[in-house]
Amino acid sequence: MNLEEYHGVWVFIEEQENTIAPVSLELLGAGRQLADKRGVELAGVIIGSQVTTLASTVFEYGADVVYVYDQPIFKDYRTESYMKALLHCCETYKPEIILFGATSTGKDLASAVATDLPTGLTADTTELDVEEDTGLLLASRPAFGGNIMATILCKKYRPQMATVRPKVMKALEKEPGRTGKLIEEQINIKEDDIRTKVLEIVRATTKKVRIDEADIVVAGGKGLGSAEGFQLIHRLAETLGGAVGASRDVVEAGWIEHHHQVGQTGVTVTPKIYFAIGISGAIQHLVGMKNATMIIAINKDPDAPIFEACHYGIVGDAFEIIPLLVEQFSRAIAKEEVNHVGEV
Amino acid sequence: MLHIIACIKQVPDTKIIKMNPKTNTMDRASAPAILNPYDAHAVEEAVRIKKKYGGIVSVLTMGPPPAVKAIKKCIEIGADEGYMISDRRFAGADTLATSYALTKALDKIQKSRPVDLILCGKMTIDGDTGQVGPGIARRLDIPPLTSVKKVESVHQEEGHIIVHRKIEDGHEVIQSTLPCLLSVEKEINEVPYSSFPNMIKAARYDPVIWSVDDLEDVDIKQLGLKGSPTIVAKVWAPPKPEGGKMLEGSPHDQVDQILSVILEKKELFQAKGGS
Ligand SMILES: Cc1cc2nc3c(=O)[nH]c(=O)nc-3n(C[C@H](O)[C@H](O)[C@H](O)COP(=O)(O)OP(=O)(O)OC[C@H]3O[C@@H](n4cnc5c(N)ncnc54)[C@H](O)[C@@H]3O)c2cc1C
Ligand SMILES: Nc1ncnc2c1ncn2[C@@H]1O[C@H](COP(=O)(O)O)[C@@H](O)[C@H]1O
Repeated sequence: MNLEEYHGVWVFIEEQENTIAPVSLELLGAGRQLADKRGVELAGVIIGSQVTTLASTVFEYGADVVYVYDQPIFKDYRTESYMKALLHCCETYKPEIILFGATSTGKDLASAVATDLPTGLTADTTELDVEEDTGLLLASRPAFGGNIMATILCKKYRPQMATVRPKVMKALEKEPGRTGKLIEEQINIKEDDIRTKVLEIVRATTKKVRIDEADIVVAGGKGLGSAEGFQLIHRLAETLGGAVGASRDVVEAGWIEHHHQVGQTGVTVTPKIYFAIGISGAIQHLVGMKNATMIIAINKDPDAPIFEACHYGIVGDAFEIIPLLVEQFSRAIAKEEVNHVGEV
Repeated sequence: MLHIIACIKQVPDTKIIKMNPKTNTMDRASAPAILNPYDAHAVEEAVRIKKKYGGIVSVLTMGPPPAVKAIKKCIEIGADEGYMISDRRFAGADTLATSYALTKALDKIQKSRPVDLILCGKMTIDGDTGQVGPGIARRLDIPPLTSVKKVESVHQEEGHIIVHRKIEDGHEVIQSTLPCLLSVEKEINEVPYSSFPNMIKAARYDPVIWSVDDLEDVDIKQLGLKGSPTIVAKVWAPPKPEGGKMLEGSPHDQVDQILSVILEKKELFQAKGGS
């Protein structure tokens, strides 16, 4: 393999119903830095049906080039069809780095493509850097259940691939009117070539506050004692208009569903305020919330590790503190609203 | 009759493992070796499918000799057969080299009994990648289906299966031809306590164990550390957070202090006021 033939940093652009996934925009931000350090182009790859119009957004968030595979067969995400398009693109244009969001789609596609190429793939990356002269990607990630951080390299194969956790990288400010080179490609692929069919897509109808998008997350842990005790977390979250988060032990105990789990095997959140209540602060939990702007911890054990990871700590009993918080906040918020009405 | 294979791995229990702070390596002795928790769900699902449609469940692992224990655990859950590939030359494999070795073992198993369905866990708790399952599927050229949270129905005669795949905000119902490979979510089932007869069967069970030389058409260069494109260049302890301000006073005082800090960020609440 002649490594010199491979140039440029690519981001796989994940799209759903004509909206680009936030993680893809974050990766364009991260990819821009890598590309600038290397002095190479940043490209986005879009695969889908009626998706060419999305290219303008990809340029506005930092791409120099956009490759588009816009064919009806790509209407639904399917590993086999998307993989064929991406492999075609790799063979034709030979990138040195490809980044994917570590989402179900991104991980699925990246694993298949890496096997076929073949090349190395680093999963769930949280830090990215590149060696200026060699183009070697330094992809770092938590490993062994978050007990260590490891930097993974892929020296002898190209492209170098990584899936990257959502909410860890930063998207650039949108630059309206910024454009680049649009390259439209097609592959020859028939429905009969694909062995899977999407029969139905069922979207969750209840539009709850999404925990990964919330400004305030109130998270509770095993310290709440029981499913009933955990209701206090819901009450505080409601008062503040925030989303409910949980530690893994709470999810395992069945007090709340898995999609509320924050941490390494749950979601990563970056709210403005994160309450960690009755949560010990295991490293696997911390990796999922440590980038919150303000972390407030409440725990009755003064030695709980969470106090080393918070901005403000209260040593106390959740059953005493939460009701006080609910009461005080309700009062303060009511007052605020009155003020607003007064201003109008 | 369906032949279902679950790929399973023995892993250190990373929840309680101790790290050597000087070298940043794991003190393996500090953590018991367990069946990867996600793989227990894969085995359980295989057993459920077998109970419903008839068939045989095999499990396959690549690992050092003590990993026999993980196979026994699967027999307890209800698997019928266990295969293990074990050889120094497999050591140090990343996901690409792992899927290569496991595929060679699957090729050999298939010679005597073709496989209809392969199940993998969502991920391992030591590797944390979830890449091995799709890797095996690509190498065998069968469809990979990841994030599977429900097996709706299996139609062996017609040659297809219907499953639910978890997506960001719901799920999709997929039909795939058989054979195919499923990576299953933990919510797909609950693994019950083992039955007494199965425990006895497990205690007496000896799996089939193969070395590299027992497998066919193996390209040694694609095995183990040598066959792994990724290299771990550096490990370090995750940065220790500095810790913040501990609030003093009575619970009332503490709550007041929190309130004033947060109300400085009152823009957060204004959206609610309809501005
Ligand atoms: C591979 C792997 C992945 C993992 N992924 C995740 C993950 O994604 N997310 C995650 O959260 N965990 C994860 N874990 C588990 C993690 O290691 C911890 O076990 C878990 O976070 C602990 O949950 P907890 O803090 O709720 O419970 P505990 O550790 O039991 O802590 C409970 C805390 O509550 C306090 N407390 C008790 N009573 C009260 C009271 N009345 N008032 C106030 N405080 C009280 C206690 O002092 C204690 O600190 C993972 C583990 C592994 C091995
Ligand atoms: N050494 C192994 N032996 C058998 N199966 C494995 C092995 N490593 C990984 N697997 C399977 O692949 C899945 C994903 O593993 P990983 O990519 O390491 O997260 C696991 O849940 C297992 O089903």
